[in-house]
Amino acid sequence: MAEKSEVEEDDRVPLRLRPEWSDVTPIPQDDGPNPVVPINYSEEFSEVMDYFRAVYFANELSSRALSLTAEAITLNAGNYTVWHFRRLLLESLKVDLHEEREFVERMAISISKNYQLWHHRRWVAEKLGLEARNDELEFTKKILSIDAKHYHAWSHRKWVLQTLGGWENELTYCCELLEEDIFNNSAWNQRYFVITRSPFLGGLKAMRESEVLYTVEAIISYPENESSWRYLRGLFKDETTLYVNDTRVSSVCLKILKTKSNYLFALSTLLDLICLGYQPSEDFRHAIEALRTSDFDKQDPDIARTICSILEHVDPIRVNYWVWRKTRLPQLA
Amino acid sequence: MGELAAEKHVRYILSIEKKKDSFESVVMEHLRMNGAYWGLTALDLLGKLDTLDVDEVVSWIMSCQHESGGFGGNVGHDPHILYTLSAVQVLALFNKLDVIDVDKVTNYIVSLQNEDGSFSGDIWGEVDTRFSYIAICCLSILHRLDRINVEKAVKYIISCKNMDGGFGCTPGGESHAGQIFCCVGALALTGSLDLVDKDLLGWWLCERQVKSGGLNGRPEKLPDVCYSWWVLSSLIMIDRVHWISKEKLIKFILDCQDTENGGISDRPDDAVDVFHTYFGVAGLSLLEYPGLKPIDPAYALPVDVVNRIFFSK
Repeated sequence: MAEKSEVEEDDRVPLRLRPEWSDVTPIPQDDGPNPVVPINYSEEFSEVMDYFRAVYFANELSSRALSLTAEAITLNAGNYTVWHFRRLLLESLKVDLHEEREFVERMAISISKNYQLWHHRRWVAEKLGLEARNDELEFTKKILSIDAKHYHAWSHRKWVLQTLGGWENELTYCCELLEEDIFNNSAWNQRYFVITRSPFLGGLKAMRESEVLYTVEAIISYPENESSWRYLRGLFKDETTLYVNDTRVSSVCLKILKTKSNYLFALSTLLDLICLGYQPSEDFRHAIEALRTSDFDKQDPDIARTICSILEHVDPIRVNYWVWRKTRLPQLA
Repeated sequence: MGELAAEKHVRYILSIEKKKDSFESVVMEHLRMNGAYWGLTALDLLGKLDTLDVDEVVSWIMSCQHESGGFGGNVGHDPHILYTLSAVQVLALFNKLDVIDVDKVTNYIVSLQNEDGSFSGDIWGEVDTRFSYIAICCLSILHRLDRINVEKAVKYIISCKNMDGGFGCTPGGESHAGQIFCCVGALALTGSLDLVDKDLLGWWLCERQVKSGGLNGRPEKLPDVCYSWWVLSSLIMIDRVHWISKEKLIKFILDCQDTENGGISDRPDDAVDVFHTYFGVAGLSLLEYPGLKPIDPAYALPVDVVNRIFFSK
């Protein structure tokens, strides 16, 4: 890619030397006499923007103006005005928007984190309507294959699903991404989005059974994964009683605690359960007892207090949080 | 632990013009208004705002205002709500809010509220909870919150709340510390913090602190100085800031300083920029670092400026 842009730079003819621009007088940026945040513009960028201002202020709706906006966007994609003007041009020149999509795709290689690019992409997709669906899903997939947590790509994808559809394979797609990286919080978030909003899956209640199984598996593989634990809790949103009484939740906690490694989230989940009314069995007491080290005071009859003490010890950066949790425990009966 | 190289940061901010870094200058051109806000707020927190010529700044800002009432990122640029807030904030820093036609700016912002309560960033209609915060913050500074439908605005923000207690950019969007700041800030400014699950969100936010002491914006991401602001201000607004280790965070921010030439970067040993310099200084201010003015976590302006806006009349 570096090679390509070098070639392009070498081949680039300054606008002032291009015959098709000879009739235009460039307009320089007015930064005021003594700028607050003074800026040194590169020569090339200044020239393109000077010509851009000339066509923009003259409201010149021409194809040379359209290619000029492409040059300006290539040099600085953050300028809202250039994008605005480009859309006006696309509309008035009745440009084939399939081509515009290719332009966006080329730009996305270097500036995929640019807000304007994604807004522009959405504008194009909106204009094309339902026929755009698969291309949009593929486009975001391509970006996510490079950066699986790409916030803009995920936002765009959610918009496509909700506006144009294409939910059918989305859960499978989430599975694929989580198989690649089970720690990918964006993929977990998308999974939650799908099971709660897809018109084909029947909603959270219908999905809970199979999702709990899936998540418990994920937790057992990597118990240090914040995302899978939060997802498990999310499966019981507004269903505290179900959460407390689901033996799969307490069992996975116990299983992790018994391994005596990476048990921080298992311990904090158990603490949540107890605070919500769960009565831990003897097995839990033994598992917790086994986690105590000689650093602790004598055995505390209150298992929740012991859990907080262990967490204070193993998660020292958040010691104040665990101390606070200790002050909020249910009273022993 | 090192110390804040305050004087060097002041010099860095004042000398951005001499930098020959063409990439930074190109990306700054269109968002000069945001740059002005970052640089000048940091200067004010460092107690050095008086080194600037107020009239020059104010006349440049006013030359960025558009017919519609909104401000552009620079002279001749289209208006956008992002730059409108920065313009209003910088004018507030200089106690110059009286130079704007308040109703005109207000009308611009009011025109960007959508039927569902959300806000667009400009006439092209991009919707994001960032814009909800900006609209609410701006109108609050101008004493014109009554001009929008606050109830609907709050309802939209709450529709972006996730099961982890955080907020995303639109409904169902992944929780992200930057969006959380915007949503919690907007709820704070409208007196709606009772709608936040403070304990749940507080835990999610304090989980953002990693071993190095820095904060990340989402699980499994790298820490970045800018989150010192987004996460910390949110924690303060929901009264949970003591849940993280302040000492470790201070050390992380100080480790991101360029102690030779001034400026603060995203992570230790990276290149500095004005954006991270502001967030580093503002983060330290929230952490009550000595020698810095206190900053208001919701308005993102020095506390004395906020007090002047609301209590001086």
